Amino acid sequence: MTPLELATSNGARLQNAHAGAALAIRGMTVSYGQKPAVFSVDMSVPVGSMTAIIGPNGAGKSTLLKAALGVIKPLAGTATVFGQPVADARARIAYVPQRASVDWDFPTRVLDVVLMGLYRELGLLGRLRGTHKAKAMDCLARVGMQDFASRQIGQLSGGQQQRVFLARALAQNADLYLLDEPFAGVDAATEKAIIDVLKSLRAEGKTVVAVHHDLSTVADYFDRVFLINTTRVAEGTVEEAFTPQTLQEAYGGRLATGQLGQTALGA
Amino acid sequence: MMGEEFVALSLTPILIGTLAAIACALPGNFLLLRRQALIGDAISHVVLPGIVVAFLITGVVAAVPMMLGAAGAAVVAVVMIEAIRRLGKIEPGAAMGVTFTAMFAGGVLLLEQSDTSTVHLDVEHALFGNLESLIWLDATGWSSLWDRDALAYLPVELPRLLAVLIVVALFTWIYWRPLKLSTFDEGFAQSMGIRTGPLGFALVIVAALAAVAAFDAVGSIIVIAMFICPPAAARLMTNSLGAQVAWSVLFATLSAVLGYVFAGYGPIWLGANNAVSAAGMIAAVSGVILAITAVAGPCRSRSGAPAEG
Repeated sequence: MTPLELATSNGARLQNAHAGAALAIRGMTVSYGQKPAVFSVDMSVPVGSMTAIIGPNGAGKSTLLKAALGVIKPLAGTATVFGQPVADARARIAYVPQRASVDWDFPTRVLDVVLMGLYRELGLLGRLRGTHKAKAMDCLARVGMQDFASRQIGQLSGGQQQRVFLARALAQNADLYLLDEPFAGVDAATEKAIIDVLKSLRAEGKTVVAVHHDLSTVADYFDRVFLINTTRVAEGTVEEAFTPQTLQEAYGGRLATGQLGQTALGA
Repeated sequence: MMGEEFVALSLTPILIGTLAAIACALPGNFLLLRRQALIGDAISHVVLPGIVVAFLITGVVAAVPMMLGAAGAAVVAVVMIEAIRRLGKIEPGAAMGVTFTAMFAGGVLLLEQSDTSTVHLDVEHALFGNLESLIWLDATGWSSLWDRDALAYLPVELPRLLAVLIVVALFTWIYWRPLKLSTFDEGFAQSMGIRTGPLGFALVIVAALAAVAAFDAVGSIIVIAMFICPPAAARLMTNSLGAQVAWSVLFATLSAVLGYVFAGYGPIWLGANNAVSAAGMIAAVSGVILAITAVAGPCRSRSGAPAEG
């Protein structure tokens, strides 16, 4: 095979691999200033999987998600969702940003935040009906926050805020859920509530991708791992991609080798 | 004071002040929550040289050339801010501060050097507007409100501000949901397909429209005060955005009406001879309302309120 044929057949193979993907990212490159935050990253998330995006601080985990969603404009690269460009697939995507990215002093109540998830359904001036509120209440109940519906959002604890964000994503009734550090700074009860909801989503055939920090829970919570440190380090099932070697490669000397071994073995 | 004298001398200034206050307060709510409250301040400073230059070129104080001049000044301001920021490697806030004050000062100097004695355009009017002079001399009493001939001589600022207020209110009403969503959580709004960049720009344009129209009638002091004080006071009254906007309209109206009445009659009640500037008094009243809500408003406890459970 000539290099050209090889490249073409590679491309065709990639094309096929991406065709059935819930989220497919190709050649994603993002830069803040001079230094690239994400460089030429490919990613392919199978439908119905639960994927953890892991990597050291500043490795470009959140940036990759935001670039795929078009929240940040990438220098290069494309993202498709269920084979469609992201702009055409917005109704099938639910995004949960980092909790700390918004101002919780904003004058609004818990139920109103969940109703924001129905914006695409309601449109600019569509009337808010009882059915919409009932739907939002159902979503709050799924995360155990139904008693807080009329609470001002500034009065919630960090874990409660995170659950409200998840309820808003549930209201979107999407097929692909992208979560940015859903377990950051939450209490144990919230962590349990969130992972239960995410697992129930997977059971319904939905696809979940979450930026994740806690290496000790990766094997329990997720079935796939995407390791990134500006470039892609490893991608695959937990067994394939979450090994001492790949972690060493992603984190470098930042984790003690012993700890790495333990973590990767799920001990 | 409720007779024909009131309709001829006080009704139109009060209405114009109220319309200007509400037109500024509506977008002010969103600017405040976006931590961009000073944009109103900035706009009212930057537009002055543009308005003066428009007057020097056309020789009249008319709406269209003034708007164009204001828009031109805004463009110059944006270019200057970027230039200072990039060439001087100065942080954006400082670059804006320098640009706004320099342009306003430039506008004041231009005003002093140009012959504007025939029109209502001088340093004092730039600051305080000319609310007291926007009277309706053709009115003979309340019945004039149904008199076509008298209505034809209403001060031109009244219908102009009414039109601007309608535009501002329509914008707020139609884009309520995306404005609320993108103000609270911009990343999420973008993920839903809301074009937050153009929307934020539209909000600033609408604020600028209100600022320029109000500036013409009531001066920059009211513009600055009305963008910030009524929304800030309203935020302390409620934890709901809809109610906040409603409170801000009420506070803007209260400021305009009470401010005008106090300015005209307050000094006389206190035994002084002369009325004081209505614009100054309106801004002062809005400040007092903010002070009262800051001390006694029901929703003063912000972040840091203890979370339960």
